[in-house]
Amino acid sequence: MDITFKDVAFTYQAGSPFASDALTDINLTIHDQAFTAIIGHTGSGKSTLVQHLNALLKPSAGTVTIGERVITPETDNKNLKPIRQKVGMVFQFPENQLFEETVAKDIAFGPMNFGVSEADALQRATEMVQLVGLDTQYLERSPFDLSGGQMRRVAIAGVLAMKPEVLILDEPTAGLDPVGRREILGMVERLHREQHLTVVLITHLMEDVAAYADQVVVMDRGQVAKTGTPQAVFQDVAWLQSHQLGVPETALFAEKLKQRGFQFEQLPLTEAALAAALAPQLPLTKRGATDE
Amino acid sequence: MNKLIFGRYIPGDSFIHRLDPRGKLLLSFYFIGIIFLAHNWQSYLLLFLFTMFAVLMSRVNLGFFIRGVRPLIWLILFTVILQIFFTRGGHLYWHWGPLVVSQYGLVNGGYIFMRFVLIIFMSTLLTLTTPPLQLSDAIESILKPFKVFHLPVYEIALMISIALRFVPTLMDETEKIMNAQRARGVDFGSGSLSQKMRAIIPLLIPLFVNSFNRAEDLATAMEARGYQGGEGRTKYRVLTWKGQDTLAVAAFAVITGLLIWLR
Repeated sequence: MDITFKDVAFTYQAGSPFASDALTDINLTIHDQAFTAIIGHTGSGKSTLVQHLNALLKPSAGTVTIGERVITPETDNKNLKPIRQKVGMVFQFPENQLFEETVAKDIAFGPMNFGVSEADALQRATEMVQLVGLDTQYLERSPFDLSGGQMRRVAIAGVLAMKPEVLILDEPTAGLDPVGRREILGMVERLHREQHLTVVLITHLMEDVAAYADQVVVMDRGQVAKTGTPQAVFQDVAWLQSHQLGVPETALFAEKLKQRGFQFEQLPLTEAALAAALAPQLPLTKRGATDE
Repeated sequence: MNKLIFGRYIPGDSFIHRLDPRGKLLLSFYFIGIIFLAHNWQSYLLLFLFTMFAVLMSRVNLGFFIRGVRPLIWLILFTVILQIFFTRGGHLYWHWGPLVVSQYGLVNGGYIFMRFVLIIFMSTLLTLTTPPLQLSDAIESILKPFKVFHLPVYEIALMISIALRFVPTLMDETEKIMNAQRARGVDFGSGSLSQKMRAIIPLLIPLFVNSFNRAEDLATAMEARGYQGGEGRTKYRVLTWKGQDTLAVAAFAVITGLLIWLR
């Protein structure tokens, strides 16, 4: 299911003295089954942009095409439910949305809103809780007794249980420890790879972009400043830094090596790529490393 | 959520903005009192002109005031309709059982409507032109004499400032949680009444939980910084009564006089 933005603009509180343009002139396609990362510094419109993907916000101008449905400024707020089922959205700090008595009921809440029977929804809860790396013994616990990281997983499970085709994650790893971060992104990557889920990830962590994304969208002051593969976008270190964006550590390191006379066709983004690019340039290899 | 204009401060530097918040607060209450002195169209016209004058002087867009009325419009219309249908007297236009539409009813309905609108305009003027923290300072200052009766004035003022401080935070959070639940298939504001009520649970519980967590964090943060209210705590902004405040009081006195004269 492709999602296409055509000349989209969005204004918060249009027509009041507090009106502020959040998005202008957005033309963008989120391809089916792609892993898209959206980066940009705080206030650049990332969250506003993704809220158009499941019609939580309607454009002030232009159209958003979500699969078959076309959302225009005039679109009625009714009958948007099918879109919300197909496009699952994990908000920032999703643990704040938990409310049920037990983890199982909370995870089943989404699917049941979309007409899944209670038995099936609870069955899905059992599957999903394991998928996000929690033991089934948590199902009968109150979500409010869990740790922050566990609550986050339950909230993500609650969205996955709706069996969406597109999964949007708005900084899903903010405030998690490195292990939790790796586990959650690893899970998302697995879903993307095995179940061909279309993923849209908002993140500030360039390493994650380099490791997982097929496509990067750089937002700046409500506009799409750049799109492309991570490899292409991360080449221009100076440009990214002038937009207050980071570059993967590896690319930075490579950039410094470049100043010391090393040559790179393209800046490597991951440690493996860096090692591969460096190996032939090191005097060590000339001595005939035979252990390859 | 942003429709709720009451309690929102619009920065500015008009005469009204600069008035002492204590004076503004007391005069706003006083205005609610004197509006009941009005019993004929001349006096309502006078109050209307006076309110409009104050509104214009604040240099805040009139739209904000009209939007302040909106959340209460059903209450106002309900009251007005009751007035119209149950007041007898003067020329009778229509009647059906106990319901009548009479001349007095229509006139009274009009007055009640004006009364509501003027009161809302005046209180909106107070909150639009006074930063919430100044208001709580004003309340603290006004309540000070009641300390004699062991009224915990500082605590009340602190509670009010904290509550006011978190109104926008709560509104943002409500919006966020509503969106998160919408994304999970909740339809707010559609379906039958019982469906609507049920849709509120997934909104209210997270709001409550988060508010309690936040309150606890705030208490810890305040204790960590050694907060102690009450005796010996000085203020960064000291309220001072100036000539312009006396002028405002004088204006209200003149209006009161005119209202009594018009009766």
